[in-house]
Amino acid sequence: MSARNRELFALIPVAVLLVAGFAAVFITNTEEISNVSLIYGGYFLAICVAAHILLRIRLPYADPYLFPLAALLSGVGLVVIYRIDDGLAVRQATLFLIGLALFAATIIFLRDYHALERYRYLIAIGSIVFLFSPFLLRNQVNGAYLQVNLGPFSFQPSEFAKIGVVIFLASYLAENREMLSVSARRFMGLTLPPLKHFGPLLVVWGAAMMMLFFVRDLGSSLMFFGAFLALLYVATTRLSYVIAGLGLFLAGATFLANRTPHVQDRVDIWTDPFANNAPEGAGQIQQSLFAQADGGLFGTGLGESLLRLPGPFFPSACKEDFPFCGSILPEPHTDFIYAVITSELGLFGACALILIYALIAARGFKTAVMASDGFSKLLATGLTTIFALQAFVIVGGVTKAIPLTGVTLPFVSFGGSSVIANMILIALLLMVSHEARRPKRATSPITGTEEGVVVGEPEGGLPA
Amino acid sequence: MNVPITRLYAFILLLFAVLIYFTSKSTVFDQEELEDRPENRRPLIQEQQIPRGSIQTSDGVLIAESKPQGGGPRPVYIRDYPAEDPTVFGNPTGYSYVDVGRTGIELAENDPLSGEQNEFASIVDQLRNQPQEGADITLTIDAQAQRVAVQALQSAVGPGVGGSVVALDPDTGAVKVMASVPGFDPNVVDDAGTFSDLSTDKAAPLVNRPTQSIYEPGSTMKVVTAAAALDSGEFEPDSMLSGKTGIRIGGVPLENAGGETFDQIDMTTALTASVNTYFAQVGEQLGTDTMFEYMNRFGFDHDPELDYPDNQMAPSGVYDVGKLLGPSDPIDIGRVAIGQERLLTTPMQMAEVAATIANDGTLMQPTLLQEAKDPDGRTIEELDPDEQSNVVSEETANELTEMMTNVTEDPEGTAAGLTVGGVSFAGKTGTAEIDVEAGINRPWFIAFAPADDPQVAVAAMIERCTGCFGAEVAGPIATQVMEAVLAEGG
Repeated sequence: MSARNRELFALIPVAVLLVAGFAAVFITNTEEISNVSLIYGGYFLAICVAAHILLRIRLPYADPYLFPLAALLSGVGLVVIYRIDDGLAVRQATLFLIGLALFAATIIFLRDYHALERYRYLIAIGSIVFLFSPFLLRNQVNGAYLQVNLGPFSFQPSEFAKIGVVIFLASYLAENREMLSVSARRFMGLTLPPLKHFGPLLVVWGAAMMMLFFVRDLGSSLMFFGAFLALLYVATTRLSYVIAGLGLFLAGATFLANRTPHVQDRVDIWTDPFANNAPEGAGQIQQSLFAQADGGLFGTGLGESLLRLPGPFFPSACKEDFPFCGSILPEPHTDFIYAVITSELGLFGACALILIYALIAARGFKTAVMASDGFSKLLATGLTTIFALQAFVIVGGVTKAIPLTGVTLPFVSFGGSSVIANMILIALLLMVSHEARRPKRATSPITGTEEGVVVGEPEGGLPA
Repeated sequence: MNVPITRLYAFILLLFAVLIYFTSKSTVFDQEELEDRPENRRPLIQEQQIPRGSIQTSDGVLIAESKPQGGGPRPVYIRDYPAEDPTVFGNPTGYSYVDVGRTGIELAENDPLSGEQNEFASIVDQLRNQPQEGADITLTIDAQAQRVAVQALQSAVGPGVGGSVVALDPDTGAVKVMASVPGFDPNVVDDAGTFSDLSTDKAAPLVNRPTQSIYEPGSTMKVVTAAAALDSGEFEPDSMLSGKTGIRIGGVPLENAGGETFDQIDMTTALTASVNTYFAQVGEQLGTDTMFEYMNRFGFDHDPELDYPDNQMAPSGVYDVGKLLGPSDPIDIGRVAIGQERLLTTPMQMAEVAATIANDGTLMQPTLLQEAKDPDGRTIEELDPDEQSNVVSEETANELTEMMTNVTEDPEGTAAGLTVGGVSFAGKTGTAEIDVEAGINRPWFIAFAPADDPQVAVAAMIERCTGCFGAEVAGPIATQVMEAVLAEGG
C-alpha cells in the first residue's frame, strides 16, 4: 500500500475514536445517545481528509503516520476539552481548523524548506524579538510574561519562537558542525570548540535563553535548552559538550533559583508539595496528584471525574466562568489537561497518550535518519526533540517528575498558539520526510510504482 | 549523524518511561496515601454527591434526610433533621456535615446510609450507570417514648445539669429510648460559630451521656452484687447478715443511708431497704475475683457492645485517674458492691443490668438499628437479636425479680409509691452522694416492667440535685418512660 493510502486508512480509526469519545462524554452528561457525536466525527474526518488530499498532491512521499498521529492527539484534545466545557471545545475546533489552514499554507507556500537556511539570522532575530514582545508590552500573568494580546486574540510567542530557534540551530550547526567538532584546545579535561565558530551559536541561543528568563517562561527555556544540547550532540557527536552544557545549566539554575523567588518556589513545591510552609501554588500540584489518584488504573470514565465543584462548593465570588473558576483542578483545559486525562482514563489511558508522543518521536527521528543532507537531518531532529520535550516538560510537571512549569501539551491542551505552531512544526517535518523518502531517480530507474524504489534508505535502528 | 540520532531517540524514550513511572506512582503506588491526605477534599465532595439515606424512628417519625442543593445534574446533598423537635433526637442521632464531620448513628451507620456496598454490587451498579445511593434506615428508637424521656428529664434537672435515660427491650436488645439532656439541634451544628459554642458549653450538650458519660451508680449496683451472690450459690434470698450501720468495710466504718440500722436481715429485706452494710459484706465475702467476673458478664470493663461510634462510648468499671482497674489491683470491693469506691458506670450499662434480670439472666446485645432498606426497597439489614452473654441463671433472675419487685411494692421499699400504669414492676433506687456536706446527690433508678413478663428495662439518672433521692427524682422519670414504651408496644 502506498504511503498516502496508509495515511488515509490510519485516519479512519482516529475518527472512530473521536466519535466514541464524544459519545461517551455525551452519554455521561445527558444520559441519552444522539447522533451529534457522529456528526462531529464526520466533520473531523472530512477536514482531515482534506488535509490528506493536500499531502497526496504536494508531499506524496511524506511519512504516512505523522499526520494521523497528530490528528489523533487533536481528537483526544477535542474530546477532553469538550468534556471540560463544550464552549471551549467549539473554540478549540475552530483553532484546529486555523491550525490546519496554516499547516496547508506552510506546505503550499514554502516550496523548498531549504530556503529557510538563507534567512536563518533573520529568523533567529525575529524569534528573539518575538519572545521579548510580552515583556515589552508588559503583559504579566502569574508572574510571567507569556502572552501577547492583540485585540480579541492573544498568543504565546514562545510556541512559534521554538520553531524559529530550531531552524536557526539546525542551519548553523549543519554548516559549522565540522569546525565545531575539531578541538581547538582542551581545558580541564574538556575539549572546547573554537570560539570563532561557537560564538554566534552561543550569542543567538544565549539571547533566547535570556529572553525566556526575562519573561520567566521556565518551561520553554527547558525545552529550548534541551533542543540545543540535542542538536549540538547530534551535529558534533561529542557527549562532552552535552555534559559541559548540563553542568552550566545546573550552575545557572542553582544561581537563579537562589535569587529568583519565582524559581525557588517552583523547586520548593516540587520537593514537597505537602510541606506545611509550602509556597503559594503548591495547591495546584496537590490537586493534580489527587485527580490522578482518583483515576487509578482504569480511570473514572470520560466525564465521570470530579472537576466542576458542585453546588455550595462552587466559589460564590467567581468573576470568570468555569473552567477558569470553580474547577477543583486549576487550569484543567491547559496546563493540567494531562491530570484530567489520567483521572478519567486512568494509568492505561495516560500510557496510551504518552505512547502516541513516543510514536510521533519515532517517526520524526526516522525522518531525520532518512534525510540526506545535514540541515534536513538536524531540522527533523530539532523539531522532533523540541516537540517531545514539550510533552515531557508539562507531563513531568503535572506528575511531579520535575518542577512544574507551564507549557501546553502539544495538540491536546486548549490554546491557539500551541495548536497552530505544532501544526506548522508537523508540516515542516512532513516536508523533510517527503524529500527524504522520495525515490532517488538519478541513481535508480523509474519503476513505475507510486512510491518507487528508495535507494539506500536506512531502515535499521528505528522502528518503521 | 544517524548513531547520535538513534541514541537521542533512546533518551527521549527514557524520558517518557520516567513520565509513565511517575504517573503510575500517583495513580497506583501512592494512590491510597493521596486519597487519605487531609488536603484532599475530593472524597468529601464526592460523598456529598451521594444522596444519603434517611433515618426514621420505629414509630415512623422522620428524623434525618438529605436535601439536594445547588441543582444541576449533580447536586450536593445537605443533611436536614426535619423532626418538629430535633433537639430530642440530636442525641443519639448525631449529625453529618462536611465541615464538622459526623457523630452518633450518622457515623455508626455510615456504610448503609451512604450506600457503601460490596465490590461486586458496586460494579454492577456502575455498569447499569446507577449512581451510588444510600439506604434508608429505621431505628429501634421509639419517638414517643424518647419525647417523654426528654421532657421528664428537662423538668427534673436544674440549669446546667445533665440527665439521661436509656430504655431497652430486654428480649431483643433494641434500644427504645436513649435520651441525653441538655440536647442540641443537629440542624445548627453546621455553623462554625454555633458548633464551637456547643463544643465548649460546660453543660456538654453534644455529649451522648447514655453511652459516653460515666457516673457513680450508687445503690443500683446492689442488683449486680445480689446477682453475683445468688448465682455463685454462696447466698440465698434469705441469707442472714447484720445490717448495722457503722460496720467496718475495708477497715473503714460504713454508714447506712440516713444512719438507719438493722439487726440480722435477709437479702430481700436488705435490697428492699437498700442496706449498705449488708451488701458491702456480701461483696467482701464474694471477693474481688467473683465480683469482677459477674461485672464482666454484665458488660463492665469494656465499651457497650452497641452499634455506636467507639469514641462515643465509655466502658464501665473501677477507675483510677482515667484508667480501668482489674481484679488484681487494690480495690475496696465492699464499697464497689454498693456502687461506691471508684466505680463509674454509663447509664447504658445500668440499663443492661436491668434488662439482663428482666430477660431471665441473659443479656441481649443492645442495638439501635431496626432495619435498613436500599433505594429499591430491599431490606439489606434487619434487627436479629443476639445474645451478648449468659450472665446469671434463670432461677437467680427470677429470685432477683421478686426482690426488685419488693422494692417497688413493699411499703418499706425505697421505691414504694411509684407506679407503672397499674402493672407490677421491678426496680432499684440509687443515690450516689457526690458532695456530702452540700447534700448534693446523684439519683438513679433502674427498673423493668411488667415484672412477670418484662417488655421494657430502663435506667434513668440525673447528674446532680440537692437533698434528693433516687426514688423521688429518677424514679418518676423511669416510670413515665416505661409507661410510654408499654403504651406504644400495646
